[in-house]
Amino acid sequence: MLKKRIVGLVVAKGGIVVQSIKFREYLPIGKPKIAFEFLNNWGIDEIIYTEIEDQDEPNYDLIKKSTSKCFVPLTVGGNISKISHIEKLMKSGVDKISINSASIYNSNLIKKSSKIFGNQCIVVSIDISNVDGKYLIYNNKQRKVIDLKLDDYVKKVCDEGAGEILINSVELDGTYKGYDIDLAKKICNLTDIPVIFAGGAKSAKDFEKIFNLTNVAAAAAGNFFHFTEHSVIKSKSYLSDKIKIRINNRVNYKENKFDDRLRLSKKDDEILDDMLFIKIDDEII
Amino acid sequence: MKSIKITIIDYDVGNVHSVYNAISKLGYKNINVSSNEGQIKNSDCFILPGVGAFNKCIENFKLNNLDNILGEEVLVKNKPLLGICVGMQILATYGTENGYCEGLDWIPGVVDKIELKKSFRIPHVGWNSVNLNDSKIFSRLEKEPDFYFDHSYSFRCDEKYVDAKCNYGSEIISAVSNGNIYGVQFHPEKSQNNGLKLFRGFFNNV
Repeated sequence: MLKKRIVGLVVAKGGIVVQSIKFREYLPIGKPKIAFEFLNNWGIDEIIYTEIEDQDEPNYDLIKKSTSKCFVPLTVGGNISKISHIEKLMKSGVDKISINSASIYNSNLIKKSSKIFGNQCIVVSIDISNVDGKYLIYNNKQRKVIDLKLDDYVKKVCDEGAGEILINSVELDGTYKGYDIDLAKKICNLTDIPVIFAGGAKSAKDFEKIFNLTNVAAAAAGNFFHFTEHSVIKSKSYLSDKIKIRINNRVNYKENKFDDRLRLSKKDDEILDDMLFIKIDDEII
Repeated sequence: MKSIKITIIDYDVGNVHSVYNAISKLGYKNINVSSNEGQIKNSDCFILPGVGAFNKCIENFKLNNLDNILGEEVLVKNKPLLGICVGMQILATYGTENGYCEGLDWIPGVVDKIELKKSFRIPHVGWNSVNLNDSKIFSRLEKEPDFYFDHSYSFRCDEKYVDAKCNYGSEIISAVSNGNIYGVQFHPEKSQNNGLKLFRGFFNNV
């Protein structure tokens, strides 16, 4: 049985991981390597790394160095416009690549790259802005919405060979207001390929909601994971009896209780006393 | 731990660095990423990664004369080989991605588009639980472990070569073997500890 995926978004500006708010404000967090390592250890299902600063090509060295402790699938996006960029990324420890603006202006890139690397390798990322109730495609490089019909565009990239679609809601990005469920439903109805949905997640309840109400294959979050200790493990423990997800960590919070805001409640004193005498061996691989 | 010489076959289509990271995490020191003949002859076992289209992979494989060089080591000298994803698929007799294309025929079988009911999406991407048989390379794993899959085409072959299956609307062959030749459809290098345990199981049999 295929599990629903919990995806960690790592957004970087000039190689420094940042907290992104509505595609406008950016606050520095730290090095990608550390973000990958922590997300990996906390049992994330997948990581998507996006460089948002304009560069001629991706920073392969930085990515290669950052992947040494990342044993979950890594998708890298930003400044990819040529087949040679993808080739070099694939040699740097990257598993999938995400194409955003290049797929708007150069439809050959999706066609060509999916022929060479297989369509499972090509994620097309679309940023969507909600303008007066209408969903429009937003171009981050030009910082404005562009004149393309969303329905047509989604169908076009799928025909050209996209393997997955990553959707991010511009206005909800970094706001903790919850996912745009209507948009998620709309996109899932437009296409047969897996949809990864991002923008606005605040807690595990948002994951529960989007998986229950829509057909998305994966729910993604950025800020929420970076700023909460053990965020991934806690979210998965909360979801484990509600949604089919992957639990692979020996560390989990299954026996813990959560309060309304999904913070951990203290264990009973008796249990804490007993824990003093439990020996936990390292996992042998 | 035994000191074994491992070569990750680099033929310009694989995510060789991911595989390298995973294997070095296990503590093996003698790991090469190469398609060099001398290097290959000097190795005890091989990992054949692969990301990409079947036809492109087999084209590059043959361009590097690997069908002969690696063939000698694996088919004649019986050194163990583990194919991953498309690296497993090209072991088949032929594939149909981007048109008919001959494979290596090291494990008799066919690689064809996954046939699914309407409600299942292609590619088959994400973490799926896998039903294993008692193959030696699974010795470190628990029952029905989760592995990361990412593919649109799948292996079809005689049951006698099948080591593991998973369910995605229909049954998908997830691991095959033929003597010293092993192949897995999922990505152990990207499946966290379960993947590392699979590698350990494979290397322990070298």
